[in-house]
Amino acid sequence: MSGEPDGPQDRLRRFATIWSRAVFPVTSTSSTRTEFEAELLPLARRLSKVLRARSFDAEEARAVGAALVDAHCTDPEALSQTLDCVDAYLVLYCGEGGDPEDLRARSARLQHAMAAGFAGALRARTLAEQEAIAQAALKAQGVVAEALHASEARFRAVFEGAAIGIGIADLDGNILQVNQALMRMFGIADPALGGRRAMEWTHPDDAPQVWRLYQELVRGEREHYHVEKAFYRPDGTVLWTNLTVSLLRDADGTPQYQLALMEDTTERRLLNLRLRYEATHDALTGLPNRSFFFERLEKALNAGPGQRFGLCYLDLDGFKAVNDSLGHAAGDRLLVEVADRLQACATAPGEMVARLGGDEFVALTTGPDTRHEVDELAGRIMNALLSPVSVDGRELTVRGSIGIVEGPAGERSPAEVLRSADITMYRAKSAGGNRFELADPEADARVITRHGLTTALPAALERGEFFIEYQPLVHLGDGSVRGAEALVRWLHPQHGVLGPDRFIPLAEHTGLIVPLGRWVLEQSVLQARLWRERYGEGGAAGPLRINVNLSPCQLTHPGLVQDTVEILERTGVAPDALCLEVTESALIGADDDLLKPLRRLAEMGVDIALDDFGTGYSNLANLRRLPVSVLKLDRSFTQSMQQFPADPVDLKIVEGIVALAHSLDLAVTVEGVETGAQAEQLRILGCDTAQGWYYARPGPPERLHELALVDATG
Amino acid sequence: MERPAWAPRSIDISVPSVSRIYDFYLGGSHNFEVDREAARRAMEFMPGLPKIMQANRAFMRRAVRFAADQGIDQFLDIGSGIPTFGNVHEVAGRSRPGARVVYVDHDPVAVAHSEAVLAGHDDADVVAGDLLKPREILASPQVERLIDLNRPVALLLVAILHFVEDEDDPYAAVAELSDALAPGSLLVLTHASYEGIPLPAERAGGAVDVYKDIRNPLIMRSREDIARFFEGYDMVEPGLVPMPRWRPEGEPEEEDPYAFSGFAGVGRTA
Repeated sequence: MSGEPDGPQDRLRRFATIWSRAVFPVTSTSSTRTEFEAELLPLARRLSKVLRARSFDAEEARAVGAALVDAHCTDPEALSQTLDCVDAYLVLYCGEGGDPEDLRARSARLQHAMAAGFAGALRARTLAEQEAIAQAALKAQGVVAEALHASEARFRAVFEGAAIGIGIADLDGNILQVNQALMRMFGIADPALGGRRAMEWTHPDDAPQVWRLYQELVRGEREHYHVEKAFYRPDGTVLWTNLTVSLLRDADGTPQYQLALMEDTTERRLLNLRLRYEATHDALTGLPNRSFFFERLEKALNAGPGQRFGLCYLDLDGFKAVNDSLGHAAGDRLLVEVADRLQACATAPGEMVARLGGDEFVALTTGPDTRHEVDELAGRIMNALLSPVSVDGRELTVRGSIGIVEGPAGERSPAEVLRSADITMYRAKSAGGNRFELADPEADARVITRHGLTTALPAALERGEFFIEYQPLVHLGDGSVRGAEALVRWLHPQHGVLGPDRFIPLAEHTGLIVPLGRWVLEQSVLQARLWRERYGEGGAAGPLRINVNLSPCQLTHPGLVQDTVEILERTGVAPDALCLEVTESALIGADDDLLKPLRRLAEMGVDIALDDFGTGYSNLANLRRLPVSVLKLDRSFTQSMQQFPADPVDLKIVEGIVALAHSLDLAVTVEGVETGAQAEQLRILGCDTAQGWYYARPGPPERLHELALVDATG
Repeated sequence: MERPAWAPRSIDISVPSVSRIYDFYLGGSHNFEVDREAARRAMEFMPGLPKIMQANRAFMRRAVRFAADQGIDQFLDIGSGIPTFGNVHEVAGRSRPGARVVYVDHDPVAVAHSEAVLAGHDDADVVAGDLLKPREILASPQVERLIDLNRPVALLLVAILHFVEDEDDPYAAVAELSDALAPGSLLVLTHASYEGIPLPAERAGGAVDVYKDIRNPLIMRSREDIARFFEGYDMVEPGLVPMPRWRPEGEPEEEDPYAFSGFAGVGRTA
């Protein structure tokens, strides 16, 4: 493109430079002006050609105008500047040698064509770009719509496929749409069936707040609520749901719809009911169980003023024997039958029957008038047990013992009531069974005390709460004190001094009698030694002797002989200073095994006394076999001698017994001597020794010596 | 066009778009009346706005050529808008045939238009993405396909960061992108500023308000704040300067005074 200075090429370049300088400021190009000028140079050359061509090429001029648009000279000002430039300089720089008039005319036409080309290209470009941007907007909108559609399809799939029931309603409660799961829950096939109003979906079990919450929600005062709610299905069955209702608002926050999500809890609810039933009912008999009964009893005991309760506590007599002999299956069938019969006895409102376990049942009646109802109830129960129960082809006779507790509500706890019933039932049972007894506070208290004493016994022995009193044994012939009977006492921290009748049976029952008996024996023997040490070998009748009671339990204890020997040896007391008293009843039917230890002791020189003689089945013939040296006549014989004159028959009997005893070489001791006349009478009848209040009540060991001295001097 | 995860619920072409306004400033017709209306209002305050846009395009052209001369053949242009002419793939392709370009914009219309323009170009693609979610951009299939992040990349953030408010932390977004770039990569950046505008700031503020009105606030930052985007980069000569002064190819003094508004710079990762 180089050319000689001021040659045509150089002039063309100068034109392009002027042109680019004029237009560059109004273009949008990102090129530099130099680059832009380079872009214009070919256009300038084309213009130069059109200017000088023999015939005018309007197309080419138009094309140059259009090319300006391609060079991003889209501003109308660019055309204006271009035409100014062409008008002023094209002929000047490129019209060399032509006719100035023609050139001017040609330049004018050329400009018209350029303008038309520019406008045409600009219009085409504008339209193309408008079209392109419109298409882009449309496409973008399509993409967004597609995304929306996809997201809506996704939500529809969620709505339809959800396992949870979904329903949408407007704020007037018109149900607009429900999903498949909800239709399944309701057992409906046609979505239109769902098109009811929410307010119609009431159920008698609706909690009171359900519809209040609903109203709050549709008024926009609440965003959501959660309730457990029942619905009627079209077939009349009940659907239970966990229902969550939410308020849906539009973008401005105005409430629009309500959305209900529900979960079918019918099955779970049934299961819960069944579990609750199983937890509160006895699996074998189907009766309410212990915990259910306690619940009801508690309610009955907490009832308001004027309300009473009546309780029958039934335990079958001899049920264990049925189980043991016929097997548990038979026992179970018996219990089921008994349960059915009991159930039929307590059908009135406020009555219930429960099985506490094993063969123990309770029947409860409540109301204002249980005093007489509970008796009737017990009567009905006894009646119901009258006819035998058929089990495996056997007719089993069922008997039961019932303890009845009746009283006003609000005074006792369930545990206290049941304990009283239990005690009373045992009272009925120990009275022979097949009966009912009414609870008696005193009897209860006795049992409760007895229970308390039993449990306190072992600790009492350890703590040294026992002590021994001695009652003198007096020789009837000369009135001298020959010894004493050791009588154990319990100094109870709460109950004071208790006699042996209050606790010896308990000790027997628990086996504590063995250590307790050993302790009594040891203490008594020690006391005997003390007496000997202090008072010497005694007066005319020899040393003071000690009588100690042996309980039946001790009698069978294998350590009896050894313990006794050991105590005697340890204390250095001669065996003949000791007399062991054994009750007649303990020796009834005694075989040689039982008598062997007594014989051993008797051989050693220990006296054996037969206590309470005459109260049991006195086998006189048997007396010979027994290693006994003393008979202690029961106080019942001496009681009649307190009057004067004494019953002659009693006198004869005593006389006969004494004669018999003496003929068997047995000494006779009488108990319960209270008057001088009595003593005199017994002396005449030939009794050897006596004890009783006439001489002395049981007392501390020191008193014995005083008595002995009194007697010796008297 | 791939469906963007963040697709707006609808496209409202009655709301002006900065991409289409930009196009209008550059003499294009890829715009609607709302766009032109907003553009004209802004131009009432700053008649030279088109010159600023033109200077941006010219700077970008020079920067891309510079990057290509440095051997870079991968370009990531975020905030690409509506490409009218002189686009990165054209400029880069001329210097380095086979250069690969990924455009990113968050305006679905701009993305749709780019797709139409790029139809048939295997070496360029467009991602519907958001500068503030760099990980989504970097993990896009387009970037995966065209750009090897183990080799240097030219990251172009031309006339975009001044549309990100401080509370959206544009610095963190740039840092996250920068962390993904291999050593020798370039950050090409322009940013609007009150510095250099041949007008009193109050008057320029009128134009800023127009952008605020169309919910695309224009954040004018100081040179110092703009320089912070280059933290961790070595500045390429001549540093952060008014656009016409960055490696000019002609006479900067010939440029329109508006072209000196704001700053441009190129940094290189160590």
